[in-house]
Amino acid sequence: MAKLILSLEGSVIREVPLDKERITIGRKPHNDIQIENLAVSGEHACIVTILNDSFLEDLGSTNGTLVNGNAIKKHILQNNDVIEIGKYKLKYVSEAPPGSTSVDEFEKTMVLNRPAVARASAARAPGDTKVMQAAAAPAPVAAAPTPRPGAAPAPTPRPAGAPAAAEAQAMGVIQILSGPSAGKEMELTKNLTTLGKPGVQVAVITRRPQGYFITHVEGANFPLVNGKMLDAQAHRLNDHDVLELTGVKMEFFLKK
Amino acid sequence: MPDLTAVLEVTSATHPGMVRSHNEDSIVADPELGLAVLADGMGGYNAGEVASGIAVAMVSNEMKKALAGRKAEELNGAVAEKLIAEQSARANAAIYQAAQSQPRYSGMGTTLVVALWHDNHVTVGHIGDSRLYRLRNGVLEQITRDHSLLQEQIDSGMITKEQARHSQNKNLVTRAVGIDPDVDAEVHTYGVEAGDVYLLCSDGLNDMVPDEDIELTLASLQSNLPLAAQQLVQQANDNGGRDNVSVILVRVTKEFPARGGWVDKLKGWMR
Repeated sequence: MAKLILSLEGSVIREVPLDKERITIGRKPHNDIQIENLAVSGEHACIVTILNDSFLEDLGSTNGTLVNGNAIKKHILQNNDVIEIGKYKLKYVSEAPPGSTSVDEFEKTMVLNRPAVARASAARAPGDTKVMQAAAAPAPVAAAPTPRPGAAPAPTPRPAGAPAAAEAQAMGVIQILSGPSAGKEMELTKNLTTLGKPGVQVAVITRRPQGYFITHVEGANFPLVNGKMLDAQAHRLNDHDVLELTGVKMEFFLKK
Repeated sequence: MPDLTAVLEVTSATHPGMVRSHNEDSIVADPELGLAVLADGMGGYNAGEVASGIAVAMVSNEMKKALAGRKAEELNGAVAEKLIAEQSARANAAIYQAAQSQPRYSGMGTTLVVALWHDNHVTVGHIGDSRLYRLRNGVLEQITRDHSLLQEQIDSGMITKEQARHSQNKNLVTRAVGIDPDVDAEVHTYGVEAGDVYLLCSDGLNDMVPDEDIELTLASLQSNLPLAAQQLVQQANDNGGRDNVSVILVRVTKEFPARGGWVDKLKGWMR
């Protein structure tokens, strides 16, 4: 079960398991997490948990709610996010600590079992496929306690799937050496950059965690690298390689 | 039987990914029939492989039989939709039965996407979160809407698409083949234009590669479809490859009306 670690100025006060669908935070006594401090609003924020996701939402508090230093209205909590309400910090720790989930379980598609849906469902046989029970009694859609999602800027999480290596990688650049565009420079920021003339000769430079590669795409002639004609395979590009396509020479180099 | 070999350029690729030891996706593509089928299986001990295999084999075999006796003109949207709905139902029954009868197959299921091209149209049926995308004039559009918890949350306004990318509730489907005695495929027919590129894929692709990169790959490499397919799989693996990844790419090279031009009309008069 996910939990919050409540602390003030470095001292841990207590741990709060996220065992309810909606947990409220505020100064008034009826809140699940009561924080008696004037900088905290009567009803300051709430956390709604739907299966594996916990949403933090600011309830229009006077001083706002921060996550990792950024003010939020509504935010999907990620492991180790630090929520700040007044001077208090609440650290969100998600369910399984990283590494303990077997890789096999991760990313597995599972069927959501919803008893509310009127379908002739036979008794489910015990098996290895995970069938999830919806957290709320009616369909999760109806359980939304707040009518409108806020415009929540997700502060730091990396876009799903982006490799960490890409951020530390040197930037590849192509400089045209001959022809009418000689001198022109092009930064290879995207995963794929095509060069050449469609219908005549096209090659693609792909940006991968292990470096840049050039591959022939179309055309009767294959690209030249340092004077040598390539075959159909992808070819790794090295600093200062000279490419030739449709009679135009260009240099590949890495920006340091 | 209609023959679309000269109209559709078809290529496919499948890979277990960087994490899983088995590939439980199944794919079939038949340019002559104008048919593409993709299924992403789920279930313990590789029962997923069995489920997706049954789904793909049944749908493609049944479709071949159903189209064998027909002329191209007889196949319209309504007929195609009915065929796909019926075959999906039959596949569901077969997988459900198998799951009930053998303990090691218990609980197995699969997603399913079926696309059938006919008469300048494509009829698409799907169950689950495997997708059909279309690239038209350089712009990628997701044609099928996932049957998933996340999609329902997006539809109801609970979360935004951007927030969905960070959700831990990915891969929870609300509809699957073989889990219940009955299931309905969602089936629609769309117009097709020459130059369109269609992509059928399992979530091993779209969970690892953002739509912008899928669009960039297809737009840049549509003149070399096998390379495009290979690059999609490679990006999924470079980004982690946490699931099996499968793609079927279909490029429409020209129009394919059921009734041809004046020659067909002339032939018709002379019959």
